[in-house]
Amino acid sequence: MTAETIHTAGTVHDAPSDIRWETVCLLDRLLPERGAAALLAAGGEPVQVALFRMVDDTVHAIGNIDPFSGAAVLSRGIVGDRGGVPIVASPVYKQAFNLITGQCLDDPDVRVPVYPVRIADGWLQVGIP
Amino acid sequence: MTELVGKELVVVGNGMVGHRLVQAVRDRDTAGTWRITVLGEEPRPAYDRVALSSCVDGKSADDLTLPAVSDPLVQLHLGDAAVALDRDARVVRTASGAEFRYDALVLATGSVPFVPPVPGRDLPGCFVYRTLDDLDAIMAAAERAVAAPRPGRRSAVVVGGGLLGLEAARALRLLGLSPQVVEIAPRLMPMQVDEGGGAVLRRLVESEDLQVRCGVSVTSIAEDRGRLIATLSDGVELDADLVVFSAGIRPADGLAREAGLPLGERGGVLVNSACRSPDPHIWAVGEVAALEGRTYGLVAPGYAMAEVVADRLLGGEATMTPADLDTSTQLKMLGVDVASFGDALARTPGALEVVVNDPVAGSYAKLVVSDDAKTLLGGVLVGDASKYATLRPLVGSPLPADPVAMIAPGGVELGADALPDSAQVCSCNAITKGAICSAIADGAHDVPAIKACTRAGTSCGSCVPMLKKLLEQSGVEVSKALCEHFAVSRAELFEIIAGTGIRTFSELIAQYGRGRGCDICKPAVASILASLGTGHVLSGEQATLQDTNDHFLANLQRNGTYSVVPRIPGGEITPEGLITIGEVARDFGLYTKITGGQRIDMFGARVEQLPAIWRRLVDAGFESGHAYGKALRTVKSCVGTTWCRYGQQDSVGLAVALELRYRGLRAPHKVKAGVSGCARECAEARSKDFGVIATEKGWNLYVGGNGGFQPRHADLLASDVDTDALISLIDRFLMFYIRTADRLQRTAAWIEAMDGGLDHLRAVIVDDSLGICADLEAAMEAHVANYSDEWRGVLEDPEKLERFVSFVNAPDTPDPTISFVSERGQPVPVPLGLPGVRA
Repeated sequence: MTAETIHTAGTVHDAPSDIRWETVCLLDRLLPERGAAALLAAGGEPVQVALFRMVDDTVHAIGNIDPFSGAAVLSRGIVGDRGGVPIVASPVYKQAFNLITGQCLDDPDVRVPVYPVRIADGWLQVGIP
Repeated sequence: MTELVGKELVVVGNGMVGHRLVQAVRDRDTAGTWRITVLGEEPRPAYDRVALSSCVDGKSADDLTLPAVSDPLVQLHLGDAAVALDRDARVVRTASGAEFRYDALVLATGSVPFVPPVPGRDLPGCFVYRTLDDLDAIMAAAERAVAAPRPGRRSAVVVGGGLLGLEAARALRLLGLSPQVVEIAPRLMPMQVDEGGGAVLRRLVESEDLQVRCGVSVTSIAEDRGRLIATLSDGVELDADLVVFSAGIRPADGLAREAGLPLGERGGVLVNSACRSPDPHIWAVGEVAALEGRTYGLVAPGYAMAEVVADRLLGGEATMTPADLDTSTQLKMLGVDVASFGDALARTPGALEVVVNDPVAGSYAKLVVSDDAKTLLGGVLVGDASKYATLRPLVGSPLPADPVAMIAPGGVELGADALPDSAQVCSCNAITKGAICSAIADGAHDVPAIKACTRAGTSCGSCVPMLKKLLEQSGVEVSKALCEHFAVSRAELFEIIAGTGIRTFSELIAQYGRGRGCDICKPAVASILASLGTGHVLSGEQATLQDTNDHFLANLQRNGTYSVVPRIPGGEITPEGLITIGEVARDFGLYTKITGGQRIDMFGARVEQLPAIWRRLVDAGFESGHAYGKALRTVKSCVGTTWCRYGQQDSVGLAVALELRYRGLRAPHKVKAGVSGCARECAEARSKDFGVIATEKGWNLYVGGNGGFQPRHADLLASDVDTDALISLIDRFLMFYIRTADRLQRTAAWIEAMDGGLDHLRAVIVDDSLGICADLEAAMEAHVANYSDEWRGVLEDPEKLERFVSFVNAPDTPDPTISFVSERGQPVPVPLGLPGVRA
């Protein structure tokens, strides 16, 4: 693999050393500012990840399950910002989630998982613990 | 007053004032001192009698009903008139023989119509105009007259040209009759308007298809071959299908009279300034009260009396003040604005009158000022009453400007600061400018908030413009900003996009906004772009703006699956169509349900199944029903003339045509419609954003209705129009709504928020007052010409199809969180567990 970049949009993305990188798709498969879901596996369990490509071609990955409804739909929310913080709004009940930290802006006690992301040779890879 | 818990208060009369009294007592009596019994002669709950004639143009009796006081301490005893009063035993007896003991008795029996003692006044076809039952009888008679098989116009004689008479004339005209008003005084509305104003008023109402005869009286009424002939004092004979007496009212004081209570010189229960009769247990309020000898026929003084009595019953010392007896009125009489306030007829000794009479423009304005020309005493406005809200509260105050300039066209515009704090801004509820300003200071930052905390503006509404001025003056900036990314409203954004030709969100936010956008502004801009005809909603960058429903052209359900609704125009569907839908649902394992909009919803489709489902539907001739969009949903219909024995027009044919015309039209909110083939209204068209009801001659168009959280009936916009005129009106209505409404504002709220409300809407889209109707119609023609099915648009475009996958790395693997169980023979979602995410 060449031209490897790890996106560290904020310190929370500092990847631990024992993560496994799973290749998901070509970056160009993602529409800027529109999410897509990916199905990965962590220790044999399926994990759904919501991927968001931003206009500067950085990519954020958060858990796809909306904690307020239980539905695996966060990838289908509208992407935007609140006061400059990049967010996705859940399509079910519209709570906003910080794409960098996974924290819910409308209920700070709620947080969805975030995953490290890197692009290798045009391929998008997500780090799974 | 001593605190005896459980005292009995009996209120005789359940009109507007009686109702207000009960409310006022309950508001104050937190300790529950009084148990209240209301005796009402009419069988129905209290209603807004002032708005009676609105029943003719579309409101129902229920719309007029006043909010019920539901309270265990209040008992209503309706449909049973009080007939006798025993003051020694303190007992009221009703017609049915029921007896009610009282510690306090409030007479609120109102008044009865005065019918001059002319021969023939009891003939069939003669009516009075006071109650809903009276109006029902008039409506039935008018309907019979209109339906009678004979040539010529149907007409009615209205005896009395005062406020009530003109209201009755308006109702009759709306019922399809030509009214002729006979007034014994030399001018119309003699109690409110002076001679000059009366002349202008007469000319204006005559141009509204109304005949007026002043200075004459009706001397007899006779029957003539099924019609009536009214003979006037000048010998003229008028023939009419019905005669309505509205020549004034008399206090309904029979109960007090027989119980030996003293009456006023011209009737009415004589009471002091505390509204108490000489019997300390008996009070009177409203039209039956002769307050210090004088009766008042308007609701505002009645409300003030109710407040005074409520205060007294709870130990207060309130009395009526001169401001409480304000007989100012502002109303629209047959489309003509009339206002009269303070000493309108210049009865104060030495009063001076300043008149601006503009017969060409059809307006008349007069101010009455004190002999030193320093204090405003009253005034009359006819034709243009826009200055009423500013002038009326100034009565009794020093004139802030030259009186001629205050009423001349193009003269000084008085701001809210011209009013002293003590000035009564809302005369219906006696709310001063000071009270409103302190409510604003306490955080009431819009008109609804002021209404909620002060009650100002909740009755006749004429002071609402002044409330807005006070808000502006207090510096409350009402933010119109769509969201943190755009400082402008949706309507302004529409103008910007339409005017600049900008067609992408990125360009728009770069030039007119800030940041990256959000789930508020992105769908709003997407909707505007769609309304302007910018191609498929999933083309290019537009796809990223869409809410999930629009993005997947289906409706997201709670478990992450979608529902699919094909269009079934007008609810008309062939057996083959039904079979196709059945087979598709069966083959894809979907739950099916009939919707309220006369179509079929299929639930439980996963994202990756959607294209295959659409393929089957589109191949069978179906298309998207736009159930997912803020767009035209359905045009519901009844079967109409094709099958129904009562139908008057082809309601299904029209509904299908309308639904096909407006399909795919995106709007600030969803738009629902209905067409009924006759007045029985089986399609429930009046609960829709636009509703059409067939008449004998064409169609009636209603606008601004909705079901939902706050149900509302649509109001009549135009009557008896033909199909072409109807479609032009709907084109204009929808386009004007799309261009000017706020985000997620249904048509009802849009009309309500409009300055001038329904009248303004009518002026714009019926009378073309802004000169934009041709443009609105052209915009709709463009929509109709450019429509294409959004489902087919996806099926024919591999790039769009690519997005309909469950997972970008496993396109056909179903979402593992979705599963179903069977309930009543159909699949339903297994409830989803919530992950433990809370810290």
